[in-house]
Amino acid sequence: MSDDYRKVVQEIVAKFGKDRKRLMDIARAVHAKTGHISEEIVGAIADALGCHRVEVRDMTSFYAFFSREPKGATTIRLCNAVVERMKGMDAVANAFEETLGIRFGETTPDGLISLEYTPCIGMSDQAPAALVNGKVLTNIRPEDVKSIVDAVRSGKLHDGGIVSVKSVESNLQQAGPVIFAPFERGAGIRKALSMSPEDVINEMNKARVRGRGGAGFPLAMKWSFCRKAEGEAHYVVCNGDEGEPGTFKDRVILTECPDLMFEGMTIAGYAVGAKQGFFYLRGEYEYLLPYLEQVLAKRRRMGLLGENVCGAEGFDFDIRIQMGAGAYICGEESALIESLEGKRGAPRDRPPFPVQKGYLDRPTSVNNVETLCCAARIMEHGAEWFSSMGTKDSTGTKLLSISGDCQAPGVYEVEYGITVEKVLEMVGATDAQAVQIGGPSGQCIAPKDFGRSICFEDLPTGGSTIIFGKDRDLLACMESFLEFFVEESCGWCAPCRAGTTFLKMQFEKLLQGRGTREDLKKLEETANTVKFMSRCGLGQTAPNPVLTTLRNFPALYEARIQPDDFIPAFDLKEALKEACSITGQKPHDVEV
Amino acid sequence: MSKNTVNIIIDGVEIEAQEGQTILQAADDAGVYIPRLCYLKGLIPGGHCRVCTVKVNGRPASSCTFPVSEGLVIENDTEELTTLRRTVVEMLFAEGNHVCPACEASGNCELQAMAYRLGMLAVTLPFLRKPRELDATHPDVFIDRDRCILCGRCARASEAEGKRVFGFEGRGINKRIAVDGEHGLKETDLKAADRAARACPTGCLRLKRIGWKVPVGQRQYDTTPIGSDIEQKQPVG
Ligand SMILES: Cc1cc2nc3c(=O)[nH]c(=O)nc-3n(C[C@H](O)[C@H](O)[C@H](O)COP(=O)(O)O)c2cc1C
Ligand code: SF4
Ligand code: SF4
Ligand code: FES
Repeated sequence: MSDDYRKVVQEIVAKFGKDRKRLMDIARAVHAKTGHISEEIVGAIADALGCHRVEVRDMTSFYAFFSREPKGATTIRLCNAVVERMKGMDAVANAFEETLGIRFGETTPDGLISLEYTPCIGMSDQAPAALVNGKVLTNIRPEDVKSIVDAVRSGKLHDGGIVSVKSVESNLQQAGPVIFAPFERGAGIRKALSMSPEDVINEMNKARVRGRGGAGFPLAMKWSFCRKAEGEAHYVVCNGDEGEPGTFKDRVILTECPDLMFEGMTIAGYAVGAKQGFFYLRGEYEYLLPYLEQVLAKRRRMGLLGENVCGAEGFDFDIRIQMGAGAYICGEESALIESLEGKRGAPRDRPPFPVQKGYLDRPTSVNNVETLCCAARIMEHGAEWFSSMGTKDSTGTKLLSISGDCQAPGVYEVEYGITVEKVLEMVGATDAQAVQIGGPSGQCIAPKDFGRSICFEDLPTGGSTIIFGKDRDLLACMESFLEFFVEESCGWCAPCRAGTTFLKMQFEKLLQGRGTREDLKKLEETANTVKFMSRCGLGQTAPNPVLTTLRNFPALYEARIQPDDFIPAFDLKEALKEACSITGQKPHDVEV
Repeated sequence: MSKNTVNIIIDGVEIEAQEGQTILQAADDAGVYIPRLCYLKGLIPGGHCRVCTVKVNGRPASSCTFPVSEGLVIENDTEELTTLRRTVVEMLFAEGNHVCPACEASGNCELQAMAYRLGMLAVTLPFLRKPRELDATHPDVFIDRDRCILCGRCARASEAEGKRVFGFEGRGINKRIAVDGEHGLKETDLKAADRAARACPTGCLRLKRIGWKVPVGQRQYDTTPIGSDIEQKQPVG
């Protein structure tokens, strides 16, 4: 290999203290320099770290942002999430292909630009959107493509060289009392420090605050388990992987009030007895990193982080930001921890739970961005204030990321208990045929259920809310969700790794109007098997697009079913066409 | 009951288990067979195949990883679970390329034997037929990835014997078993005598030059179904 690579690798590995756990940072830094991680580079990293090359390859081959082959100096990653498709992604994709003269998956002959698709990048409210070497472009129109390409070619993209395309807007549509209200830096921490850690946890218990990341686990219980678990050290992790298609509320928190989240992490550190916190940020949000580092630096200067936080003798706490590299599964807490340890993002079997054995097998509390913001607010204003909002089992407010067919997509802070109807009214959606609650892994509900409320007791959600207008082909949208799970399955366990692919194939057959009642039965059997047998939440929810539409929109399936007993999975005549033309036989000789 | 034992109930029968055991280990000791593919005695469990899934207090869990505790109520041998396990085994067949009649492992293959035990009559899922690499570079061992079920037994066995010959590569449906060499298995320190070279449940990782020594018809699972050894064991206690 070129010795240059070896030198680059050695320098980077040295910079991270030859620490095997920092492989994510090492691989990211190497990739940023070399544009790819070939087998030679894998070997160089392994040599420099003193570990096996198979370990390095195991890790680097897992993440979507690491390429094994050299790519163009710039990679344009067009987001192909369902909302982007609804908002005209295809036309933008065609414009890119035409302007560059290459297809997706290819690189221009001059080696300058590669074109790729990427799953939801958290911009569904500003779709279509693309990532260009870390920079986010939003609301792209086909006519913008030429100026984007010109800006990339002339190297001006990163210094604001294009004016016709917008970069990310915060897009906070409705602020509420908990997350997006004015707050004073350090107020929550000082309040916490005036109490014992047990009393802090007890305050969370009184507030009855539950996790906002999806599972809804009571925060007080998690902190209490973590605090009581024995270990050499305890850790706090804030989960900013936000990968569920259609969600972008953490992005808005990180833009509007990251201080509140860091405040919550610090309080968590005090409550569970941790000195170290990690903020895991999805690779797609790299554009936020410089700002977040600034905020952290400021907090250190203000004595809100570091030794003796706020002057409290013996309470040391600091936060490191860990970037991801393109993997939805790293939002699953145990996969996130594996990734943090410099490994592939494969979830762990439970028990043991992260609060018992998490980062480095030590007690670790993983919480969502929004949950930690709530914790900071509860410290500031008290449990009673918090629990006076929402419903009995879902106290406080919830951030909804709303996108799709409505007038005002964006983030809304609402009280728990709001009905879907009210939500639709609020965002100006008048012709919804369906609403996807909680993203692809959640449920697709029909108008008959629009009277139901958003809360843990009824319709739980991490926030992703996608509205499908009456003219949308709903099942085609579900197909795109299935495709997402195929792409994002980590591959560790058989039912999800293989099952998601079979699910998609069987679903496609139905969509193409080639399915019988027997095929529908098989589809349901596959869906149930994947749901029941998979190892983690990804596989356990991946069949939901099928299962919830089967339940709520049976007529859509009936309309596509053929009356025959059996139809083969492929078109025999079509498949034999080429052979027939070579041998001079007529296709109609084939009995189908 | 001594202080290190707990009682659990499997399919209505109470069995005694040692604290620290997994459900699967406790069941083995009691002569109750729970189907499994990626578990290999003596190695830490991997949780890959999910064939060992049981219901623990009504909820699905992999028995090879789930620790016992007093009073667990477990369902194992039920029609529901057999059907679910069979579908997973069928997925493994359709995911790879398993031509049993031509495979050297036939009769000794745990995947094939599991299909028989669970009553799989045919593969009804569409075959994926993805291209997979063959590695015959090593003098004594070859890998035919068409038959790999990604159970990770080779990788865990290798780690357990202080080496790191195998690992994974890629993700999702494109995940493959990988080796610690730039150009194949020959560059690794794998020896034919290693447990890792003998840990494979299928016809994927095989020793060279011993093919067909035992004729088909006289192989392990030709004569007794998979799991018989455990079921013949006398229950402990
Ligand atoms: C596939 C998958 C993806 C997930 N993604 C996220 C995520 O992006 N952010 C998040 O906070 N939780 C995510 N979760 C849930 C986490 O595992 C975990 O429950 C959560 O971070 C706990 O925080 P909370 O208690 O504050 O909700 C995901 C779970 C699964 C199964
Ligand atoms: S369910 Fe899917 S994502 Fe989860 S461990 Fe299994 S393969 Fe990986
Ligand atoms: S080679 Fe064999 S032992 Fe290794 S993962 Fe594949 S099937 Fe399992
Ligand atoms: S034997 Fe338990 S998951 Fe494979």
